Amino acid sequence: MNAVTPLPARASAARTGPAATVAKHLQTLDQHVIEIMSDSGEGAQKCGQSFGSIAARMGNGVWTVEIIPAEIQPPARSIAGASGNRVRIGSHQVTNGGDEADIAVAFNEQVLLGRVNAGELKAGCIVLLENMWAQHDDAKIAGQYAETRDRLVAEGYRVYEVPMEKECRSLVPDPRKGKNMFVLGMLCNIYSLDMDLARDQVAFIFGKKDAKVIASNVALLEAGWQWAESNLDFKYRVPAVKATVPQVVINGNTAIALGVLASGMDICAMYPITPATSASHYLSDVFERAGGIVHQAEDEIAACAFAIGASYTGRVAVTITSGPGYSLKQEGLGLAVMAEIPLVVVNVQRGGPSTGQPTKVEQGDLLTVMFGSHGDAPKVVLAPGTIEDCFYSMITARRLAETFNMVVVVLSDASLATAQQPFPRPQFSTEWLAPPVDQNPVPDGVTPYDWDPVTGLSRRFVPGQPNGMHTLTGLAHDRNSRVAYDPEINEQGLHARSLKLATLQKTLMPPPVFGEREGELLVVGWGSTRGAIEEAVARLRGEGHRVSSTHLTFLQPMQPGIGEILRGFRQVITVEGNWADDPDDPLIDESNRRYSALAMLLRARYLVDVDCWTEVRGRPIKPGTVYAALRGRLAHLETSR
Amino acid sequence: MSTASLCLHHLAEEHHALEDYQGGVPRWCKGCGDNAILAAMQRLCRDEGLRPEKTVFVSGIGCSSRLPHYMRTYGFHGIHGRALPIAEGIKLARPDLHVFVNTGDGDCCSIGAAHWIHAIRYNMNITVLLHDNHIYGLTKKQASPTSPIGTRSNTTPRGSYLDALSPLTVTLGVQNVSFVAQAVDWIPESLFQILTAAYRHRGFSFVRILQRCPEFVGSMFEPWVHDPQRMLMLTHADGTRISPALQKIYRNQLAHDPADINRAREIASSEDPIPVGILYRNPQVPCYEDLRGAGKLRTADQVRSALDGEFDKFTVWPQ
Repeated sequence: MNAVTPLPARASAARTGPAATVAKHLQTLDQHVIEIMSDSGEGAQKCGQSFGSIAARMGNGVWTVEIIPAEIQPPARSIAGASGNRVRIGSHQVTNGGDEADIAVAFNEQVLLGRVNAGELKAGCIVLLENMWAQHDDAKIAGQYAETRDRLVAEGYRVYEVPMEKECRSLVPDPRKGKNMFVLGMLCNIYSLDMDLARDQVAFIFGKKDAKVIASNVALLEAGWQWAESNLDFKYRVPAVKATVPQVVINGNTAIALGVLASGMDICAMYPITPATSASHYLSDVFERAGGIVHQAEDEIAACAFAIGASYTGRVAVTITSGPGYSLKQEGLGLAVMAEIPLVVVNVQRGGPSTGQPTKVEQGDLLTVMFGSHGDAPKVVLAPGTIEDCFYSMITARRLAETFNMVVVVLSDASLATAQQPFPRPQFSTEWLAPPVDQNPVPDGVTPYDWDPVTGLSRRFVPGQPNGMHTLTGLAHDRNSRVAYDPEINEQGLHARSLKLATLQKTLMPPPVFGEREGELLVVGWGSTRGAIEEAVARLRGEGHRVSSTHLTFLQPMQPGIGEILRGFRQVITVEGNWADDPDDPLIDESNRRYSALAMLLRARYLVDVDCWTEVRGRPIKPGTVYAALRGRLAHLETSR
Repeated sequence: MSTASLCLHHLAEEHHALEDYQGGVPRWCKGCGDNAILAAMQRLCRDEGLRPEKTVFVSGIGCSSRLPHYMRTYGFHGIHGRALPIAEGIKLARPDLHVFVNTGDGDCCSIGAAHWIHAIRYNMNITVLLHDNHIYGLTKKQASPTSPIGTRSNTTPRGSYLDALSPLTVTLGVQNVSFVAQAVDWIPESLFQILTAAYRHRGFSFVRILQRCPEFVGSMFEPWVHDPQRMLMLTHADGTRISPALQKIYRNQLAHDPADINRAREIASSEDPIPVGILYRNPQVPCYEDLRGAGKLRTADQVRSALDGEFDKFTVWPQ
């Protein structure tokens, strides 16, 4: 046993880290991926999030991803029941959840097995495993533990058995409730995190409870630190660059909810659906303080209709849902398009079709939101690529909806929904808010749909405006909003509604290119895959490959200049989280291959032979996976010169 | 102009004539009961002094739902079955607006049935007119949920199979019900009286109007139209009173206190005679828009402070 450094007391001189009196192997890292797993309710998620927050406060780049079981109370010690967090910390900004984990902490061997079997752990990685199961009264459980431990050791994992329960028992009556803070302390030790910040974090989490609770959790934290210090022969340091501006650490759904608040929207109508609901939960908690209302409707259709009704009266409303709910809303969206009622719709995508994989990520709804509803129903489609984007895209969405009297769909997904990443704290601007509802009389001679022949735009009359009375209708209508079946008028309406997309497109800037503007391979992505794609591209560029990427936030209309960007490269490929046929399948050829959503759109619009690489495994696409896929393409390209 | 004369001037402006509420020329069939409902609504708007720009008629799809086009107020001719949630959104966003809903037996009791049940629970201050002709008209004669069993239609050529659903008993069975009445298109005076009471009730006022469709089910209500004794007129000091002229024709009267929900449910179950009047009224049921604090003024400072308060919770300050 090595000599042990005593735990640095609060605000002591040792704050900069323990003195190197232990013969530990201290390794400096650029980035690391940590997974913490427990049964549902044992607090691994709180542990992981806290770990991420402390690292963020130290100035590390952080990305945390929730590992969520599909059931509320899955059976204890089950593979499917793993609940926890994946945390990636880095010296620089971290834009995605990274590759296979470097360290796994597990409260039992079964939850760990799930991750091992899913290939989420790096071969031979460090495993910190609760060892109470070894002496369990139930011989079957003890047997399972021994079997898994032996298997992992045999497979080359560095397994450390940790007496979590035993260590915590001396501090709290119910160690099951306290282990997570013990583990947090261990991780703080392993990654040389500042214990003062850790204590602050514990005080923050339990801030609503009494001082006793905080004190006992701090004791657990310190015990964990001490145990790791005394018993582990490794230690890491991920150098941080101290942040100079305040940053907020939130997940994508919270960012969307705060974006709704910041955008000046007043009403959110929703119906519960995973993984979108947490945005509405959070909004329900905070919206009323700012005069807003979350209405939980009786169903998705009603939520959409309710939001349309609210929007019609002057202020844009929002409805938040996920794929199946979006499908139900589509008839209503057709009405909003036809009657030109502004509306913001958030679709937090999950695996589909049907109930699919409710808690898992997929980018399967792009074509649905672009072409869905019925008839020609042009809508604006935005896709945030980062947590920060989730916030600002709501402000943009409200403004676009109101300016163009259009439906604006914001396409997020399960990955952004639950991932946390620090970004500069937004500075509130009154320009974010909606203007007051116009209640002035409508001037004589102006009609409710005075479509501009060039832009398709028309002014909007809202109830309360004298002289503006008309009946809005989902039927084809003329400029006076009168039901009209004339061939001319029907075309005029379709023309005007379509033109608005072109008008918006003329106001957009070309998307930025990550890397050179010409080369061998261009990767195009959209939505949550941004971080993974750019990391893979950066790695390949570092190896000398002529590869770049561009990420689209506007899917409809598409930004100008994309054609020119595509043509700067020998080959273009999209990387997406939706289905695409494999050209190597025996029956698949160019006459029947189904391309991924964005590839199909790019091919159709720009007449460029865009290829695609996709993955639909229900988990965020890893940068290493993208790297390997792109390297394959590059090898092919480079040899075929 | 002095302030007083300005006020008088405004008062004159506030006065509206029947024509001020008349929109497009109705395109309903000859003899359609919807015409009587439209006339009653226009009269109600005038007599209650509703400002046209502050009044919204919301409808779904069907013959009934064309009504907003024939008003000169704001109107929202929506989609099939969804008039109620659209109207709720309007009311929650703008409690200052007078919101009416025109819906049919297909629109409300079939495709929109889920919304109907929940609208009763929300009890928002909306007046709902169920134009119940027992048949789908606009799609050309299909059986509706309120078609009496045996109704021959294009989808039930050998007669409909199921007992009719009663919109009155269903509405009276839902929590938070606060106003239920029944009217018939062929007694315009009582129709107007009942609609006025519905409008004045603060809450979800549900009026089922038996409405004739001469085109597709011309004989549906004939026995009742021609036999006033088969109409049961509900009267009460807190309900509707019947004019002396009507009393002479409709002698089958029943004193019914609209506060009595159990009796209301019994009366609602009667198909013959047809009860006409206010079955139930409870002004004490809270309105959803009040519970949710709708219509409050919202300032930029409120948004700023709420937002900053939230960001504070999640902020990592530079050390």
